[in-house]
Parts: sequence; structure tokens; C-alpha cells
Amino acid sequence: MRALRGLIGLFVDDGLLAVTLLGVLLGVGLLKEIRALDGSLALALLVTGTVAALLANVLRAATITKR
Amino acid sequence: MSVSMHAWSTIASAFLASSVEAVEALTVVLAVGVVRGWRSALLGTVGALALLAALVAVFGVALGSVRLTILQQVVGILLLLFGMRWLRKAMLRAAGVLGRHDEDAAFESQCRALGGDCAPLQSTRRRWDAVALITAFKAVTLEGIEVIIIVIGLGAVQGLLVEASLGALAACVLVAGAALILQRPLARVPENSLKLVVGIVMSAFGLFWFGEGIGLQWPYDDGAVLGLIAILTGATWLGIRVAARINGPAADAGVRGETP
Repeated sequence: MRALRGLIGLFVDDGLLAVTLLGVLLGVGLLKEIRALDGSLALALLVTGTVAALLANVLRAATITKR
Repeated sequence: MSVSMHAWSTIASAFLASSVEAVEALTVVLAVGVVRGWRSALLGTVGALALLAALVAVFGVALGSVRLTILQQVVGILLLLFGMRWLRKAMLRAAGVLGRHDEDAAFESQCRALGGDCAPLQSTRRRWDAVALITAFKAVTLEGIEVIIIVIGLGAVQGLLVEASLGALAACVLVAGAALILQRPLARVPENSLKLVVGIVMSAFGLFWFGEGIGLQWPYDDGAVLGLIAILTGATWLGIRVAARINGPAADAGVRGETP
């Protein structure tokens, strides 16, 4: 169990960031699969979604630390 | 983008990322060797390296039978999670929100945890030391698994596993050689800057491979990776500036002087 936790820890530092990123990837993948998005829109959503998730998480951490 | 440029960027990325992991593993092994004796520390290290070699052999064979799109998706997700994890931490450190990683402090803390004071042992211990052996084994295994993930992530999909492995191997040999000469932690390695750069590169490759894996066509094909690196670099710079401003004026001044 500890080994598994250590292995997951290699990819996940902040659970919220990991879940948000996986949500963006899954969402774009599903929308692409059901053809609700065309290619360039899916690319834009993929890039802006992940970058926005990172920035929001970093700024949230900075705000919490400041308090 | 030519094949040789791909190969060189893969070697350089694997080298930089692996050097960070090697420095972290080395700090623990040095502390174990100094406090508890070199015999058990080196045995734990050798045992971990043997386990890692076995893992590489098993995964190397298994990767050949995985469908390319599945491989691209899985590698893309893992690289993105791994890269963003590094990038987040490096951004928070650069902004002054988190304290910077200090190998000397990590070394001293590890020495204390092992019940010593970082002073070199006067005599080599001849008896086996289970704590020393397990501590060295665990540190090298965990950091080594990260190196394997980096090598597979950067090399497997492009068919550049050998090149990525060479980059990682060169980093490990260089760090081990430097430690052998200096006999102390490599505190001057700019770990945070390396993590920023490598986090950006790994996240860019992660996004690229995931997009390819779900059937998206990137503009300019492989050249899109450079565009992704540029976008992530801009976002990183912006994130550090804003986080530093939120965190306070002192941190902001620190960022101006230290952010790469």
C-alpha cells in the first residue's frame, strides 16, 4: 500500500491539479470521440484547459499561503 | 523538424530531467554512507539498480506490443501529470511561495533522521545495517523509477528509447562522478531552474502525444512541440509574476533576481 502511494506520488503532488488535468484530457477526448468538436477547437481547448488549470492552481496556492 | 534534432532534443531533455533525479538520490545515498557506513549504502544502491534494470527489460519488451495510439495517450497523460507536477512546484518556489530546495539542508536532515551528525565515519562498518540498506535502496529505486518514466515518456513513442536512455545514463554517470570527486551533496546544481525547464518540456511533449493519441492533427506536425513550449513558457512566466505579487513584495524582488 505504501509502495502504491509512493508510485502515485510520482505523478500527483496536488490532487486537485491532477484531477483537473485528467478532467480536461477526458473531456477533450470524449468531445472529440462524439465529434462535438472539430480538430482545431479540440486542440485549443486541450492547450488552454491545461494551462488554465496550472495557472489557477498556482495562484490558488499563493493565495492560501498568503492567508 | 529533422530526425537528428528530435534525437538531440530527446537526449538533452532526458539528461536534464535525469540529472535532477540523480542529484536527489545521491544526497540520500551520501547521507546513508556517511552516517551508517558505505558497505550497506552501496549494497542498497546496487540492489536498486538491479531492480531498475529488470524493470527496464520487462517494460522495454512489453512496450513493443502496445498499439501506438494507446501508447501515445498513456505516455501523454503520464508526461503531462509528471511535467505539470514539477512545473507547479518550481513556479511556487520561484515565486517565493514555497522554500527553495536545498541539497545541503536535505543532506543534513537525512543525516539526522539516520541518527548521525554528517561527520564522516572514522572506520568502515563491517556489519550489515538494515536501515542503511533499505534507505539507500528506497531512495535509488524511487528516483530511478522517475528516470525510467522520463526515458519512456520522451523516447518510446518516437522510437528514440536508446537516445533517451543514453541521455539519462550520461546524467547519472556525471552526477556520480562529481559526487565521487567532491564527496558532498551537489548543492550548486540549479535544481529549481532545471525543474522549470524540464517541467515545461515534459508538459509540452505530454500535450503533444495525448493530442496525437486521440487523433488530433497539430499544425506544423512535430514543430507544434516548439509552439507548446513557447506557450507554456509564457504561462509559467506570467504565473510566477502574479503568484509573487500575491505572495508579497519581498518575494517579488526575489523572483526578479532568480527566475530563469
